[in-house]
Amino acid sequence: MPMRGFLFLIPLFPLLGALCGGLLALQRKPTNEKFAGGIASALVAVSFLVSLATFLEIRGAGEIQPLRQVLFQWIAVGGLVVDLSFSFDQLTAVMTLVVTGVGFLIHVYAIGYMHGERGFQRFFTYLNLFIFAMLMLVLGSNLLVMFVGWEGVGLCSYLLIGYYYEKKSAADAGKKAFVVNRIGDFGFLLAIFLTFHQFGTLEFAGVAQRTGDAGPATITAITLLLFLGCAGKSAQIPLYFWLPDAMEGPTPVSALIHAATMVTAGVYLVARTHFLFDLAPISQAVVAGVGCLTAFYAATIAFAQRDLKRILAYSTISQLGYMFVGVGMGAYAAGIFHLMTHAFFKALLFLGAGSVMHALQGELDIYKMGGLSKVMPKTAWTFVIGALAIAGIPPFAGFFSKDEILWQAFSRHLHGIPPAFNYCVYGLALLTAGMTAFYMFRAVFLTFFGESRLTPELAHHAHESGPAMTLPLLVLAALSMVGGFLGIPHALGGGARFAAWLQLAGIGAAEGAAEPAGAELALMALSVGVAALGIFLAHVFYRERRELPAKFAASWPTLHKTVWNKYYVDEINEALVIGPLKSASENVLWRFVDSAVIDGAVNGAGALAKFGGRQFVKLQTGRIYAYALSILIGATLLLGYVLWPF
Amino acid sequence: MIPIGFPLAVGAILFAIGAFGVLVRRNAIVVFMCIELMLNGVNLTFIGLSDRLRLIDGPVFVLFIMAVAAAEAAVGLAIVLSVYRRKQSVHLGDFDSMKG
Repeated sequence: MPMRGFLFLIPLFPLLGALCGGLLALQRKPTNEKFAGGIASALVAVSFLVSLATFLEIRGAGEIQPLRQVLFQWIAVGGLVVDLSFSFDQLTAVMTLVVTGVGFLIHVYAIGYMHGERGFQRFFTYLNLFIFAMLMLVLGSNLLVMFVGWEGVGLCSYLLIGYYYEKKSAADAGKKAFVVNRIGDFGFLLAIFLTFHQFGTLEFAGVAQRTGDAGPATITAITLLLFLGCAGKSAQIPLYFWLPDAMEGPTPVSALIHAATMVTAGVYLVARTHFLFDLAPISQAVVAGVGCLTAFYAATIAFAQRDLKRILAYSTISQLGYMFVGVGMGAYAAGIFHLMTHAFFKALLFLGAGSVMHALQGELDIYKMGGLSKVMPKTAWTFVIGALAIAGIPPFAGFFSKDEILWQAFSRHLHGIPPAFNYCVYGLALLTAGMTAFYMFRAVFLTFFGESRLTPELAHHAHESGPAMTLPLLVLAALSMVGGFLGIPHALGGGARFAAWLQLAGIGAAEGAAEPAGAELALMALSVGVAALGIFLAHVFYRERRELPAKFAASWPTLHKTVWNKYYVDEINEALVIGPLKSASENVLWRFVDSAVIDGAVNGAGALAKFGGRQFVKLQTGRIYAYALSILIGATLLLGYVLWPF
Repeated sequence: MIPIGFPLAVGAILFAIGAFGVLVRRNAIVVFMCIELMLNGVNLTFIGLSDRLRLIDGPVFVLFIMAVAAAEAAVGLAIVLSVYRRKQSVHLGDFDSMKG
């Protein structure tokens, strides 16, 4: 079946789910959980099947031209003509399959996880709405449709973080995420305006053809503004601090939105607008530099966290940094490849954490766990697989994608940027790889191994989760094991099929001259060594010599305290940004501008009208002959004025 | 043929008498009659000029004014009647409920 005319079906099904779910949520009857969750999951599954059919079609055709479908003309104002249109190319294929596939698994998991929660129906409505918005984002063939999806996922993120809205910290976290995202969106919006101003179109294909119309400075400005949007959505420095708080949402939300899909939208945006980034080496260096700093910085914070979900949140920020290193270096395939494998193993890790939470009645402090592998073996071993994948141990998925990014960071050269930059990025990224392995296995050892530190009550209650939760874990674990085989590099005798696939869409132009495979193999061995060292150190610190961490903390109390408090970034924000904003809002905007100027103007206008009325009322004498006289005088004067010149 | 000055002068005099009456009389019925006088002064002017200029517009206007004057008299007298029922007076000085 030719899918060209059926692209709209992909986002349509989740939208239907959200609409039906929203209507069902209005009824007063208690929710039929199987039905509500089943419908929501099934619709996402249908959407996945449509994506799969479309994928198979372009795979069979080997087309270079993307499938494109224009639904209708959306806006036509002067020169601005925007269609509501979708396009489906090789990059979109990867994204839609990841979003609907991983999304479906998480929906299924959530049926088990959210069992008995208040607002079960509401949860699935938001989840479906999120899938719809995310699909609009990846399918949109122009910046504006993409922006609609971009804002939509931000909204759903806000709604789902604040899902437990009776809890103040959850409501606050939702607001924080929304406001920080808005700062980034403002950059995205400016980039859209500038793009239209320069190129007269917002279609990706149209802009790609006319990149010659704009000077390098303009393109740099557009790409930097786009990256501001990416930094907000994908939690990069300086706008990263909303993501750890976003863990207030239910765990399936953390897995779906704040690990696997939404936060990767920034990486997708850079890859989607690669034709602009390719022409702006300064922006590319900024993207790669910010990415690698974020990766390192977030990893250091993850060292000292005790909350399992927060460790995963910081590791997500860190891994997103890796993806930006990839796309920033122009290795779009590597970045998107890591996006895909990360979606598998990070969703797996989050769902594993959710399973632990479920068993321990919401407990998240890893220092109060331990020995859980005996109680919940499926969760524990799938979690270990996820941790091995994120640490980059071959042959798990993370190894291939992370190593590809490291190799590209080392070997690619950005035009006009000194090679020293590459080596800094590479060094920092390599260090981060070791740190990732260390903190992930710290969490694994403290949670699942060693002696149990559970309270007796919790230990009694702890149990393995039901099949609705373990099945998605098993599927994701399988994907985390084999997902990397899509992109085995040439150096290991593979075909680098993932990169070749994206090249069909013109993304990530052909590699330069083939470097000797020896260097690549040596670097690969180095990064695996670093990761193994990280795991070994975690083993020493948290299994064999449990007194060492405390000793370390005691030797460098200031450092430990700073890292434990996340470098006081929230406090600094409070003091430097939020405090002044609040006091300026209160003293200047409220007390002066609002109360004095605006209210004064409104009240003044009213008072003026009242005063004027009181004066004019004197003319209303109520005597008819007075009115008649004034009419006569007026008519005479008017007539005199008209006839005067003669 | 009578000179153009005659109808114009008579029309003007009628209009002035009417206007004067509207201003000075206090009886609502008389004021109405004065308004009719003013209208007829205007009618006379129309007729005189249209005869002189050989234009059909004047008589057309006059017919309109007559129709409007008849309607106005009907409505106006009905108002005067209903006001009289309420106030037992047709004196304009008594009608001041709209005084500001």
